Amino acid sequence: MMGEQKNSQLNKIQAPQAQLELMRISLQRGSKIKAQEIIFWVLALTTPLLLPSHAMMISEIAITALFALSLDLVLGYSGIVSLGHAAFFGSGVYSAALFAKYFLIDPTLGLLVCATVAGLLGFICSFTVLRGSDLTRLMVTLGVALIMLELANQMDWLTGGSDGLQGVLMGPVLGQFNFDLQGRTAAWYSLVVALVVFCFVRMLVNSSWGYTLRVIRDNRLRAMAIGVPVSKILISVYTFAACVAGLAGGLLAQTTGFASLDVFGFDRSADLMLMLVIGGVGWLYGGIAGAIIFKILQSELSAVTPQYWMFWIGLLLIVLVSVGREKIKGWFTREYLVSLLTASTNKSGGAR
Amino acid sequence: MNFAVNDKTVLSAQALVKTFGGIQATQNVNLDIKAGARHALIGPNGAGKTTLINLLTGVLNPTSGRIELLGEDISELSPHLRVKRGLVRTFQINQLFDSLTPLETLSVVVSQQFGEGSVWYKTMGLSNQILERVAQLLEQFRLTDVMNTQTSKMSYGRRRLLEMAIALACQPKVLLLDEPVAGVPTGERDELLATVAALPADVSILLIEHDMDLVFNFANRMTVLVNGAVLTEGTPEQIANDPQVKAVYLGQTQIEGHTHA
Repeated sequence: MMGEQKNSQLNKIQAPQAQLELMRISLQRGSKIKAQEIIFWVLALTTPLLLPSHAMMISEIAITALFALSLDLVLGYSGIVSLGHAAFFGSGVYSAALFAKYFLIDPTLGLLVCATVAGLLGFICSFTVLRGSDLTRLMVTLGVALIMLELANQMDWLTGGSDGLQGVLMGPVLGQFNFDLQGRTAAWYSLVVALVVFCFVRMLVNSSWGYTLRVIRDNRLRAMAIGVPVSKILISVYTFAACVAGLAGGLLAQTTGFASLDVFGFDRSADLMLMLVIGGVGWLYGGIAGAIIFKILQSELSAVTPQYWMFWIGLLLIVLVSVGREKIKGWFTREYLVSLLTASTNKSGGAR
Repeated sequence: MNFAVNDKTVLSAQALVKTFGGIQATQNVNLDIKAGARHALIGPNGAGKTTLINLLTGVLNPTSGRIELLGEDISELSPHLRVKRGLVRTFQINQLFDSLTPLETLSVVVSQQFGEGSVWYKTMGLSNQILERVAQLLEQFRLTDVMNTQTSKMSYGRRRLLEMAIALACQPKVLLLDEPVAGVPTGERDELLATVAALPADVSILLIEHDMDLVFNFANRMTVLVNGAVLTEGTPEQIANDPQVKAVYLGQTQIEGHTHA
């Protein structure tokens, strides 16, 4: 009897500690770094070595993935639909190109500038997405991108108008690594920036602040009723996502040395949303997977059928949506992504 | 039931008016909730109970009138700031975060309470203080065994419990319970009623409910709302024996209550 009592007392003292530990493990499941992730990023960072002839393509994929990450924060995590994300991307492109052309050719400083410019634009635009329905948000975001497009078109004394902004020369990255013609430096530069931003975003979405985004997405009314400052959080996430999109744009301008009006185009916003749908919204690798799949398909298919490649993208979308997102998500969460990468690596390795 | 009720008013609505177009949804309502009270707000459908709750919590702005919480004017305060001051509600229809688990949900709410809601530089769930409070809430609302189940996949009764757990996690001084047992199947009902009865005595509660058994078991003060205006207020005995109330209200809901059951 005495022993039993003692035992139950011990349990009472120990159980909460064990319970807290269990809870902590559950809560941190998402933020634990997994082996697949390390493999993925190591593979990604070695691709410029493995596939030197595709270096520019790799750089473009990294940039697009970063851009998709930005939309995922807004759409997937916070539930704000946007058909005009190119506004921030484009403003990043032009501010990076103009900064390099007229002020300094240092890429790192250029990135700071384009993130700041895009962030400012995002901050201003964030007030337009706080209220209204999804439909009004689609229209407003689309409108902002169109305004930016026409501004860039009109101000040809600054932007070069429809001819684009050419002859942007970039200095070496960190004063060390010159951009080469093959694009290897560009690929690593884009990959490293994407990785750094990705790690930061990864930390964000697993923090209390990141969970607040999901809470707002799931139920805005209740979010308010538990004391979440909904508007403040949405303004901050929209501004931050715009910074990330601006960074992606800046990378594009810096690695290609060119800025043209199509960076503001509707296609760019719409393609981005397609990528997120393909990869899956609301998880960080969704945008990356979508960008990789979309870009590879685009390049492979347009080589086969230059005019009709969108047909296959359309078909893929219909299949994806019919099969169901959950099931498709399952394919991508596992080693599928890695095997996809290794498969394409082997293929071109064999070709060589 | 004995609850410590003193004369201190914690929540007070003064001459509250809300008009939608030409319709007066709330007509000059005066309502005082005393500290520690178990106050029930009853009234037939369309009496303006939900509008009143929305006015008190700040979802709607009153056309005129004044709302005081703990002696301070909160009429102009936005909803989330009223929550911070201790005015918390539950919803008649569950308002949950479907993609999160109860553990995640309560961690978010408690983090918010502990001023860590906007912390972005560290993973959620590191602080022992927060985890302890979450564990306590999970235990109190019997959600520990489903703490890792996605909310959308839980049974209705459990979701109802989570609905209340979220509200209590906000450390309310005044809790507005909007039909807490609405739609709960009989099997899960007792558990819910027990949880309602076991709510901390120092939390003042305004209960909106159609279920007369619950109201008369629970409340020590009642206000009857009809057509947006206060018909009468008193102890449960006074209300039960009020011929006016019987005429406009009780007969009607008893029928309703039976059809619901």
